[in-house]
Amino acid sequence: MNSKRRKPFPIHIVVFLAPAVLIYTLFMIYPLIDSLRLGLYQAGEGGTEVFAGFTNYRTLLTSNIWAPTLWNAVKNNFIFFAVHMLVQNPIGLFLAALLSSRVVRGTAVYRTLIFTPTVLSVVLIGFIWRLILSPLWGISKDFLSFFGLGQFNQPWLGLESSALIVLSFISVWQYVGIPMLLFLAALIGIPDELIEAARVDGATGWNVFWRIKFPLILPTVGIVAVLTFVGNFNAFDLIYTTQGALAGPNFSTDIMGTFFFRTFFGFQLQPGNPIMGATIAGVMFLIILTGVLLYLFGWQRRLQRLEF
Amino acid sequence: MKSRMVFLLLVILVGSPVLAQQLTIESWRNDDLGIWRDIIIPAFNEQYPDIEVVFAPTAPAEYNAVLASKLQAGTAGDLITCRPFDNSLNLFLEGHLASLNDLPGMDNFSDVAKSAWITDDGSDVFCVPMASVIHGFLYNQDVFSELGIEEPATWEEFLALLEAVKADGTYAPLVMGTNDQWEAATMGFQNIGPNYWEGEEGRLGLIDGSVGYDDAGFVAAFEALAEWQPYLTDGYQAVAYPDAQNLFTLGLGAIYPAGSWDIGTFNPQVDFEMGAFRPPPPAGQDTCYISDHTDIALGVNTASSNQEAARTFLEWMTTAEFAELYTNQLPGFFTLSNHPINVEDPVAQEFISWRGECETTIRSSYQILSRNAEVNNENDLWNASAQVLNGTLTPQEAADFVQSRLATWYAPQQ
Repeated sequence: MNSKRRKPFPIHIVVFLAPAVLIYTLFMIYPLIDSLRLGLYQAGEGGTEVFAGFTNYRTLLTSNIWAPTLWNAVKNNFIFFAVHMLVQNPIGLFLAALLSSRVVRGTAVYRTLIFTPTVLSVVLIGFIWRLILSPLWGISKDFLSFFGLGQFNQPWLGLESSALIVLSFISVWQYVGIPMLLFLAALIGIPDELIEAARVDGATGWNVFWRIKFPLILPTVGIVAVLTFVGNFNAFDLIYTTQGALAGPNFSTDIMGTFFFRTFFGFQLQPGNPIMGATIAGVMFLIILTGVLLYLFGWQRRLQRLEF
Repeated sequence: MKSRMVFLLLVILVGSPVLAQQLTIESWRNDDLGIWRDIIIPAFNEQYPDIEVVFAPTAPAEYNAVLASKLQAGTAGDLITCRPFDNSLNLFLEGHLASLNDLPGMDNFSDVAKSAWITDDGSDVFCVPMASVIHGFLYNQDVFSELGIEEPATWEEFLALLEAVKADGTYAPLVMGTNDQWEAATMGFQNIGPNYWEGEEGRLGLIDGSVGYDDAGFVAAFEALAEWQPYLTDGYQAVAYPDAQNLFTLGLGAIYPAGSWDIGTFNPQVDFEMGAFRPPPPAGQDTCYISDHTDIALGVNTASSNQEAARTFLEWMTTAEFAELYTNQLPGFFTLSNHPINVEDPVAQEFISWRGECETTIRSSYQILSRNAEVNNENDLWNASAQVLNGTLTPQEAADFVQSRLATWYAPQQ
């Protein structure tokens, strides 16, 4: 008998993996693949589906009817994302820096308050902000009048020029707690010795933050960025609850999510078109995939090398 | 405690064969839940105590999508509330709605009443018509008497009246917003438009291709709509439908462009007398046209296991009793049956009286023209009408936009 004993097949690994693998395959991977598959088919005679290759994608990207709507939604979605990147994440970082400093008192209270909107229902957030900004009963006019700016009050959500930006700000207000908590966790994790050493060397608070703390939380910056990207390109609910599926005025707040919803399920007299809906979902998937891959290869890998 | 459990179990076991006669109604009219539960269904149960009926509405904006998913999954209710024209026609063609040709009582409805729920060749009717809604204007009588103004008979008088309310400055002259877009098209364009495109003549002309949205009548309708702009409430671009409803019922506005369904919503809320006038035609035009829109009907889900009970319910809905009940319990929804009905609500009475004075038509985009999923005529009209009121499109541009979009797929318009 061979003295080298073969290791028995590690059945326990299979057992532990099984629930997650099964549930994810059944409820995430299978629907995703089936939806991508549907985008490659066209409706044939009598409700059958006929394989059509990339015809639907070509239609979506080139036809006079689909392409302008698609590019409008993509453009709006990038604006929505840009506002989150330029406003939400810097504010989240700023708040985290304040809350991690030992000078500020009552940080637990602030942390909870700032995070509260994140756990509220989007429908509620949309409703509250509609009321705040309402030209009829909103407080935005009184608020501006207090600073002598009353005449600048506008029906913000009803103007093509401002609706999307204002909705982005509402979303920022709601979700700023998430980057704040992630940054805060990273900042708290920085060893005190590093900061004390820098202090001894005569670094100011400003220098300590930008030269010591910020480089050390760069991995979190990347994670926050990619989470924002994925979240924004999947966004739908805020626009739908405040502006409806037609994402008015004149589609100025139409993002990928609302475009998809309207196409897939139909709207009012417009019949639903599941196949083109699946095609739009395919484009959304590709955009998100591209963003995540850029993050993985362009950011995360470089970071790992930096750590050596 | 234990005996109660046993009793419950017994009720469930023994009672279930009786409860098999349960009907569920799918509907978008969640505002009417109370009236169905407390008045209409009990009235039905007086004659048919064995059939339990549950009214299970969905939010109006989600109804079509939710219903489609439920039908596909086989979980939809036994009775389906039918949207007019293509939405229901498609459900019938897909086999979700049963043909009702042989339903006793269908002869209580005129061909016009049935036209919204019939196949293109007229061979199958698939929903029992329930009601139509009429467009017009509601006004606050207190404001009118305070300012010493009267119902306008012509479009010119209407504009002068709006100017007077605006000059006074106390009340919003015209209470409507464009935020939800559909009010601009439905209570605006489709409300005043028939006077300009001559009702059925214009509407059928669009369908057979003899006129287009860029022809005189429809452009004139957009031009008339654009004249509302100075009189709409402040910040109307961000005013939603419920905002406008509240503004009017709180007595802060003078005139509300309405669908007759608003009467039932407003009655319990207002503490002033409401009046109504029909869309005023331009001076010198003798014939007036109103939108008397076939709006709501009820059909049978072919997948229902209670076909017989469902048909019994529908048959009861063709009777004068139901027509009377429905019209008077839901003022503003007018029965489509031929039964002579005594309308009790004075404002609703005013609306229904226009049927005798004017030519009637339905909304221009509902039959056939909104069949296309990619370029949808109804959605285009919402967008264009809202933009005309927001001042981002001129009437001519709006008309050209709607027409060019329709021409992309509708052969008679090419």
